[in-house]
Amino acid sequence: MRFGVVVFPGTWSDRDCGHVVQDVLGAELVYLWHKDRDLGGADCVILPGGFSYGDYLRAGAIARFSPVMESVAAFAERGGLVWGICNGFQVLCEAGLLPGALVRNACLEFRCEWTHLRCERETTPFTRGLAAGQVIRVPISHGEGNYTADPATLDALERRGQVVFRYCDERGETTAGANPNGSQRSIAGIVSERGNVLGMMPHPERCAEAELGGTDGLLLFRSAMEAAAAVTLA
Amino acid sequence: MIARVVVVPKPVVNDPQGVTVRQGLNALGFVEVVDARVGKYIELEVGGESVEDVRYRVDEMCRKLLANQVIEDYRFEVEGEPR
Repeated sequence: MRFGVVVFPGTWSDRDCGHVVQDVLGAELVYLWHKDRDLGGADCVILPGGFSYGDYLRAGAIARFSPVMESVAAFAERGGLVWGICNGFQVLCEAGLLPGALVRNACLEFRCEWTHLRCERETTPFTRGLAAGQVIRVPISHGEGNYTADPATLDALERRGQVVFRYCDERGETTAGANPNGSQRSIAGIVSERGNVLGMMPHPERCAEAELGGTDGLLLFRSAMEAAAAVTLA
Repeated sequence: MIARVVVVPKPVVNDPQGVTVRQGLNALGFVEVVDARVGKYIELEVGGESVEDVRYRVDEMCRKLLANQVIEDYRFEVEGEPR
């Protein structure tokens, strides 16, 4: 099982993701430079956090034109697992692999803090190790994580079970105070219709070891590792 | 020719920057300001056979890159002599 971690100019969470993959999970790791077209035999491609291309124009707007993204889109089309975290989520939305967009936090502040997330669906490749309704603790670190889509798109996401994580309090209640960025319907993470592409603003790679204050993020990495082993590409 | 592109958040999209600018202006005594939207201004120097051609191309640029139509509207004007 091999994870591919994409590196754009300005990506900053690539080494954190690589560390979890290699040193905590013990899986194989390949870094994928943005000019690469070959995904290096990766079974799951991670688009990590950061400020790809300086977030020029809009977060993720330029990254989606990089050569590696063509290969990532084709890989997703074949059913491969693609996981966008933070800036990676923004890139997936800009690339049209996920619906909606991420705009400036409603509070206008860059928020770097722990959040609670309620898992809304345990039947995705990334959440099979969690239970529906389970509350996990994962940090965020972003200025533009306010998930926005038109009402019809939001309704469709809900109906198809594409909302995977919502911001909540420690008891699992989705209160306004527990929503750090103003995301519509407290959405913190969504999957594609087929479920093989996940975008989420919180950073599971930053909470995969007890030394960092929590290990809930490891549940997602383990899930993806197990799920990737079972994927047969079309 | 010069194309002047303006990109603004759609009316239905929450624009916290605009709200903050409006509040700031109100606080300075500009109480007549009832709304503000903060967007982007992009100026392009473009070659082309005719204004119509350039308009067509710039519209395509807006749709493909300059604006994200999930959250933004755009408008532009083109001026200058074709070359």
